[in-house]
Amino acid sequence: MRPATLGSRTRRHVLRWTALAYLLAILVGPLAMVFWRTFENGYDAAWSALTTPETVQAFKLTLLITAIAVPLNTVFGVVCALAIVRRDFPGKGLLNAFVDLPLALSPVVVGLSLFLLYGREGWFGGWLEEHDIQVLFALPAMVLATVFVSLPFVCREVVPTLREIGDEQEQAARTLGASGWQTLRRITLPAIRWAIVYGVVLTTARCLGEYGAVAVVSGRIQGQTETATLRVEERYDSFDVQGAYAISLVLALLAVLVLIAMTVFQRKEETA
Amino acid sequence: MPRRVLAVALTVIVGAALAVATTASAHTSDTRLSLVGYAVPREALGAVIKAWQQTPDGRDVSFTQSYGASGDQARAVAAGLQADVVQLSTGLDIELLVKAGLVDAKWNRQSAKGIATNSIVVFAVRDGNPKKIKNWSDLVKPGVGIVTPNPLSSGAAKWNVMAAYGAQRRLGKTDRQAIAWVERMFRNVVSLDTSGRNATNAFVAGRGDVFITYENEARLAKLQYVIPRQTLLIEAPIAVIKTSENRDTANRFIRFTKSAQAQRIFAQFGFRPLLPSVYQEFVKQYPRRPGIFKIDDKYLGGWNAVDRKWFDPDKGVWVGIAKRTGVGT
Amino acid sequence: MSSIETLGRARPVRIPRETATALSLGFVVAFLSVVVALPMAALIWESTKEGSAGFWEVVTSPQSLAALKLSFGVSLVIAVINGITGTLIAWVLVRDEFRGKRVVNAIIDLPFALPTIVAGLVLLALYGPSSPIGVDVAFSRTAIVLALLFVTLPFVVRTVQPVLHELDREMEQAARSLGASEATIFRRIVLPNILPGILSGVALAFARAVGEIGSLVIISGSLPYKTEVASVYILSRVESGDRAGAAAIAVVLLVSSFLVILGIGVVRRLTTRHDVAQARA
Repeated sequence: MRPATLGSRTRRHVLRWTALAYLLAILVGPLAMVFWRTFENGYDAAWSALTTPETVQAFKLTLLITAIAVPLNTVFGVVCALAIVRRDFPGKGLLNAFVDLPLALSPVVVGLSLFLLYGREGWFGGWLEEHDIQVLFALPAMVLATVFVSLPFVCREVVPTLREIGDEQEQAARTLGASGWQTLRRITLPAIRWAIVYGVVLTTARCLGEYGAVAVVSGRIQGQTETATLRVEERYDSFDVQGAYAISLVLALLAVLVLIAMTVFQRKEETA
Repeated sequence: MPRRVLAVALTVIVGAALAVATTASAHTSDTRLSLVGYAVPREALGAVIKAWQQTPDGRDVSFTQSYGASGDQARAVAAGLQADVVQLSTGLDIELLVKAGLVDAKWNRQSAKGIATNSIVVFAVRDGNPKKIKNWSDLVKPGVGIVTPNPLSSGAAKWNVMAAYGAQRRLGKTDRQAIAWVERMFRNVVSLDTSGRNATNAFVAGRGDVFITYENEARLAKLQYVIPRQTLLIEAPIAVIKTSENRDTANRFIRFTKSAQAQRIFAQFGFRPLLPSVYQEFVKQYPRRPGIFKIDDKYLGGWNAVDRKWFDPDKGVWVGIAKRTGVGT
Repeated sequence: MSSIETLGRARPVRIPRETATALSLGFVVAFLSVVVALPMAALIWESTKEGSAGFWEVVTSPQSLAALKLSFGVSLVIAVINGITGTLIAWVLVRDEFRGKRVVNAIIDLPFALPTIVAGLVLLALYGPSSPIGVDVAFSRTAIVLALLFVTLPFVVRTVQPVLHELDREMEQAARSLGASEATIFRRIVLPNILPGILSGVALAFARAVGEIGSLVIISGSLPYKTEVASVYILSRVESGDRAGAAAIAVVLLVSSFLVILGIGVVRRLTTRHDVAQARA
């Protein structure tokens, strides 16, 4: 018995340290480097890199796009999940596939397709130009791109929870004379709220970090259509690696905040 | 709880809409010029704009700036990217906008032939020039890794290709021999980025032994460089978008870029001054070379001829070279 | 929070259930059309503008083929590595106990939350030319593999972990008392149970790796035939003005994404049926 436990302990340690070493090499090590590089030339250098008007504007734009895309996707995600779980209709499989598509599709492809749709030679380009509406290289296209890439998260979080809670309570409410809207507000939404919040957190993270799709449609006008992630690239291109790292660090800190939110809400969802 | 969530969501949406509305209305308060430029003069143009805003003409003018690969920027403007002034790396990219009906066909009959900055094609090398690269012939030696951007998206790369070909012609090679030589050179290429600036970053980050680039880019990136005996004068044009509402302001800015004051600023950022008087002040930094030729040299024949012969996407010389050497198409 | 006794207060405005279904479906379909379907249609339209011959010519040009091969090849490698390391990490997180496990568990999700362009920069800081540990793999295929391992790290871990958590350990103990080796137990008991989880995680990681762009623009060097992956190639096609060509390659990626999604659907359906069968037995 004894050698067996010893063997199993060794094995456990080997597995544990292999896993941790892998995480250190792939994940933790590189992240620690960013911290170090950002403050290599002192705190002031990092701070002044962050407070240039263009960088501040880039962060504002990122937040603005997120503030538009997240509510849109939240409403869509909840309605879509309700339709998928609670209703029956032909073409449900197709709808499912379309909702999942952004998870698997390259963001560049998304950007390109918007370019083809709203560019001057695109499908709607002529009409938009006649009416002097700027979509491409302006906020609307950037929002569309971001909405696309962050589309599935709320829906995908809500669907399993809806399945799990079943519809007995909803039916009971309806027999008691509640309208569909009342049932939704009083029964369904409270039951899925943590799933929604968790989905919102995931959506927010994706919106804050989007690069590929936005890069194609932004036109990169400094201080106007440049998001924080594009600004990272711009700084790197301008030989200002320090500035690039500083902006990256702020984005990474936002990511950590999101992560903390995720852990908290995940636990709530599990206990709910 | 759901009501509160709804309320928060609504507040956010309304707030966002308001923010959009305010940024949109901010445009009309004073003149705002949209400058769309190629990647390389980003820093210099930023300084020139600041200087112009100190003058009476430019006092109330604010700028938006967008920089990227020259061809890409030209196509973005053609596809609807808002612009009042464009500075691109080659006349070809301006011609693209002429075809799109956005730039006047007579742009190159403006002062200084529509050119804002001058530079030359140089070889940036590793510190101490360990591979002893001095001239074009050193680039085709085995074991020399060349960094250059991709001629199909980058203006810088087109200048590089034409400098290589023109130099060979001027050294006595026939058209055929010179093309074969350029092909041989491209067999040594180890990095082919989309823009001149990306290529610089690749070289700075450690790729290759020699980087064919603009003199001003080499100076800006603080790279050691050598000037080959035969090399091409890089003239980067600037033009006004004729459908712009701010055409007059844009033209005033363009005139300023060609003034002695602006040319001195450009010179500080590594460009060769256009004006002989200013050039004289900087002649130590920018040594004269007898072998500097222009794109309208008799062997090259100007951008339109070069474009037809070299960069036609179907049967251009470059496409053939790219296919045979296996570098980008 | 809210409960049924407050129901009476609200005014009973009634929308028939069929109308509600139609309304919500209408909204979902309209939203999906504007955001997803319309752009995809424009993409397919552009790629077939020059006929199917033109489409094939672009897709089978040597450089496109090289980029597509590299993308799919590297993604397969990534999928395999993730299948192993992801399972390992999930195993350690579920079956092992050590101090700081909760922190480790939390940081697994970091690649989901971190902007990919930052991921690229981050990896360049540690494994680039100014690497403090003297490992410089920037602008090589190794760099691509590293970047993709970073962004795909959570997929397999997060699909295997819950399954492993719920796995009944009695069977394993029974097998152990019957003298089965640990390797046998893993192969015969654990693996069959977590395999569907591994597969769907691996499929997601694969799809993500094929489409990844942000972390690769800085670190890959995008040298045609050597380190240029399909998504970067699309970007460079766009930048050199060849929209039809870019669209053609994009359609290839689109089709592969759909296949992956369908594949995951199949795995999911097979496993639920498997569960049902088990429950009945």
